[in-house]
Amino acid sequence: MKRTLLVLACLGALGASAVAAGTPAPPKGSASISLPGDIGMAFKPGPGVGAAQANCLTCHSSAYVSTQPVLSKAQWAAEVTKMKNVYGAPIADDAMPAIVDYLTTQYGKP
Amino acid sequence: MNLGRRDFLAGTGAAFAAGALPVQARADSVQFPFANGERPLMAFPQKRPMIVLTPRPPQLETPFALFDQGVITPNDAFFVRWHLPSIPQQVDATAHRIGVSGEVTTPLLLSMDDLAKLPAVEVTAVNECSGNSRALSSPRVPGGQWFNGAMGNAVWTGVRLRDILDRAGLKPSAKQIQFDGLDAGVFPATPDFKKSLDVGVARGDDVIVAYAMNVAPLPLLNGYPVRLVVPGWYSTYWVKMLSAITVLDHVDDNFWMKTAYRIPDTPDNAVAPGSSGFPTIPINRLRVRSFITNLSDGGTIKRGTQELRGIAFDGGSGIKRVEVSTDGSTTWRDATLERDYGKYSFRRWNAAADVRAGTPFVVAVRATANDGTTQPVTQGWNPSGYLRNAIETYKVSVS
Ligand code: HEC
Repeated sequence: MKRTLLVLACLGALGASAVAAGTPAPPKGSASISLPGDIGMAFKPGPGVGAAQANCLTCHSSAYVSTQPVLSKAQWAAEVTKMKNVYGAPIADDAMPAIVDYLTTQYGKP
Repeated sequence: MNLGRRDFLAGTGAAFAAGALPVQARADSVQFPFANGERPLMAFPQKRPMIVLTPRPPQLETPFALFDQGVITPNDAFFVRWHLPSIPQQVDATAHRIGVSGEVTTPLLLSMDDLAKLPAVEVTAVNECSGNSRALSSPRVPGGQWFNGAMGNAVWTGVRLRDILDRAGLKPSAKQIQFDGLDAGVFPATPDFKKSLDVGVARGDDVIVAYAMNVAPLPLLNGYPVRLVVPGWYSTYWVKMLSAITVLDHVDDNFWMKTAYRIPDTPDNAVAPGSSGFPTIPINRLRVRSFITNLSDGGTIKRGTQELRGIAFDGGSGIKRVEVSTDGSTTWRDATLERDYGKYSFRRWNAAADVRAGTPFVVAVRATANDGTTQPVTQGWNPSGYLRNAIETYKVSVS
């Protein structure tokens, strides 16, 4: 840490500048971690939850849904359509109404 | 020059001063001041407990009180933001390569050893998510619902992108440089996350391919072994686990440039809520902001002389002035700017205020950058909730 402080002291108002001797080198070897998955988060129970589980958990956890502001039915429909058309979610057309109704009931306003 | 530890690096571990948390902290969760604002607090690999926006992909926010502890954000508290579900959980730096191809005379495949042969440079720079503070947008908008902690300030070490581009030799047809990392979707139809910069921006003095963060290897979740660092620009361009640099002969039309991460091309980049059909441009430089770090809106302090401390930053011209107002923004007085770590860094400031019993203490903070930009009183609106930088006001009870 001491070395960084010395280097920082030379920075002044400049942008990227040459570093002193002993600077960190590019890393070698592996870094590995183990991600914790969905840490117990799940969709709220209710009619249509099965369709949400089947279609909405492949790319992200349910937290992306539950942390949204309270969205209208039209906004939830737009989200589901976006997941399908923009992000390539393989959602069958006939599954869409049940998912939108579920989201609006559990996470939205009519 | 010797710096006090508190000035520079925040301490480690359980140092979240409860009194300064801008949220109601429980042991394992926090409640932000907006609807659906409850979040778990959890330690992910190589991280101390952070506020979990989504566990998968990992999106982790820095508890705001941390910013009171030093000008540099420690690696294990630095925010995390990924878009796509497939993130390598093991990366071998020795085997890792960065391909350089497209409109170049000599395509390259660079190893870490190759990077070690280029001149090393260092820059202290703020990394702020485009969507930082999105949850405060009014009316609210869908997207990642961040409070104010999707930002951090670090010392980045690496090589200039320009040195790499010069080795490859840009053809006259070169228009934009596109960056790709190791993350991917699980369906082929999901657009891969790629970002591009104009050649002129990419060749700037301060744009680096960084292999160290605060003198240590990058945490895997912050992009081990190398990420792009674009000082003064929103994080979306700071591609993590950088694996491919492609020189394009056209303006990038991939989804993450053409459709996502765009702001209205209007005065102040704002539109009326609900508007559509307006022209847009890619998001670009950070807007000037300032925060008080030792008070929390809704908190309690004692009467008497109160020290105010905080941070300010902008898109790379540097902070010229920070002012505070304790009379409802009628009069403003200068805060003292602390040590300058460079024009892209957080700038710490301090001031003192007289706090009287009986009425709530209301204090606002406003920064002005060297380029003359300052913070608006009223926040403009845009459909993605980007660019928030309105003056922050803190209302505190007096005990
Ligand atoms: C093919 C992958 C995929 C599937 C399946 C998927 N999503 Fe998403 N979703 C994404 C991506 C990618 C993002 C955002 C990327 C980012 O972080 O910017 C996202 C973001 C979101 C957001 C945040 C708001 C926004 O628009 O960015 C919501 C809400 C959401 N998804 C809901 C759903 C729902 C509901 C379903 C099931 C109908 C679903 N998703 C299925 C890929 C997917």
